[in-house]
Amino acid sequence: MSPRILFSTTRRVLTQLRHDKRTLALVVLVPVVLLTLVYYLFEKQPGVFNEIGLIMLGLFPFAIMFLITSIAMLRERTSGTLERLLTTPLNKPDLLFGYGLSFGLVAAVQAGVATGLAYWAFNLSTAGTTGLVIVFAVADAILGVALGLFFSAFARTEFQAVQFMPLVVFPQIFLCGLFAPRDQMAGWMQALSKVMPLTYAVQGLQEVGAHVDPTPLMWRDLIIVVGCIVLALSFAAATLRRRTD
Amino acid sequence: MDVAIEVRDLVVVRGHKEVLHGIGTSVATGGVTGLLGPSGSGKTTLMRAIVGVQKVRSGSVTVLGQPAGSAALRSRIGYLTQAPSVYADMTVRENVRYFASLYKGVTRADADRAIADVGLSDAANQMVGSLSGGQFSRASLACALVGRPDVLILDEPTVGLDPVLREELWRKFRELAASGVTLLVSSHVMDEAGRCDRLILIREGRIIADDTVDAVRRAADTHDLDEAFLRLIRAQEPVEVAS
Ligand SMILES: Nc1ncnc2c1ncn2[C@@H]1O[C@H](COP(=O)(O)OP(=O)(O)OP(=O)(O)O)[C@@H](O)[C@H]1O
Ligand SMILES: [Mg+2]
Repeated sequence: MSPRILFSTTRRVLTQLRHDKRTLALVVLVPVVLLTLVYYLFEKQPGVFNEIGLIMLGLFPFAIMFLITSIAMLRERTSGTLERLLTTPLNKPDLLFGYGLSFGLVAAVQAGVATGLAYWAFNLSTAGTTGLVIVFAVADAILGVALGLFFSAFARTEFQAVQFMPLVVFPQIFLCGLFAPRDQMAGWMQALSKVMPLTYAVQGLQEVGAHVDPTPLMWRDLIIVVGCIVLALSFAAATLRRRTD
Repeated sequence: MDVAIEVRDLVVVRGHKEVLHGIGTSVATGGVTGLLGPSGSGKTTLMRAIVGVQKVRSGSVTVLGQPAGSAALRSRIGYLTQAPSVYADMTVRENVRYFASLYKGVTRADADRAIADVGLSDAANQMVGSLSGGQFSRASLACALVGRPDVLILDEPTVGLDPVLREELWRKFRELAASGVTLLVSSHVMDEAGRCDRLILIREGRIIADDTVDAVRRAADTHDLDEAFLRLIRAQEPVEVAS
């Protein structure tokens, strides 16, 4: 890996985003709109937004970044730029971490805006600090990026790529504890939820919500999420083949 | 005479079909070699093998003394894909500067020079997605030239360009060759074949001629390269039936 190439690749991805103002606006505004909906949905039920709204702060960046990254990587593949890049001194990690960094930066802005809105407009209250909520939101976003980079390898077309979103993201959302507490699920579902990284991201956020100080469980959850990011990026690197048919 | 590209018994299978059937050739350092052949004959496949992105069944490809695709080679080789491969959602300058940044010691000034070399200075700040077809492919060419490679693999660099631009690009290619760069250029246009030092004629995955331009003309007994090409291809046909 070369810092120079990593930096310029990060910059290039950000430049592409900068030219696509509508996508940038959507990235920031979609969570705001959805969060507003969720707030008014539970307006009459005190305390619910504190739980659901908090989890949403981790889910939006995950789902949105997964989708955007898998399409971006697919484009890189279908436009021939990936093949060309692989004939240059660029190494695979330069590209993958470049995507991780640039989209991570965008995710930080997204998470900052959404979290700010939740706290100040919708009176979200958490026992732990806002900073930790943002840390988890950004980690979730980068998890989405890493999984998106990996799964895009299995899509040949945009039609296929968008369908990985329901396939990869929805089950994780169903089983992460948002809809039903995990300990009330059937055994095999609990087992499934245990191998899904989003489960730990959500659990970490719940820990921040419930405890003033960071708990050991929260740290463990964060480490697991970061571990999954590294794992997904390594798998993504393995699926990036320099030589193809 | 130094050898820049050495291909030995190269067999490539794409899909379920053998596309290159054990071909071999060697390209000397410096100079322009034309790679010609009918559509589907395997030109792009051979070029992909030389830049090291093509899976090969057997045989070997060596570039500048190293196995094709090896890390040390990648800073010394430039590849223009047949379909332009640049980012449509960035300007020409942003594209070329990005590719420049991948090579050590290649500056933004080099990027601007590459843009000028392909005649795109006036469109440097235009989004690639809004370029005309010919401008689009020249933007792609600029990205291949910018790394100041020792070996340039150009897959149909002048397709769809007007005679004036073709003339300018060929002057550039000749200039690069004179400075010691090895160019392998595929083309369908026979008047371009005449500008090469050597020609490799490929048909259905086999090399049917591999010689200097004059020697190819002599072998086919005609000065007209178009005609020479047709004659050489026809000369192969009975062999095909017999085998
Ligand atoms: N991805 C692929 N999968 C399977 N077969 C392929 C693939 N790409 C090319 N081929 C086949 O390999 C053969 C050689 O293709 P290649 O692209 O090398 O031809 P070419 O000489 O460059 O043709 P053209 O002048 O039209 O560009 C063709 O028969 C083509 O159909
Ligand atoms: Mg071709």
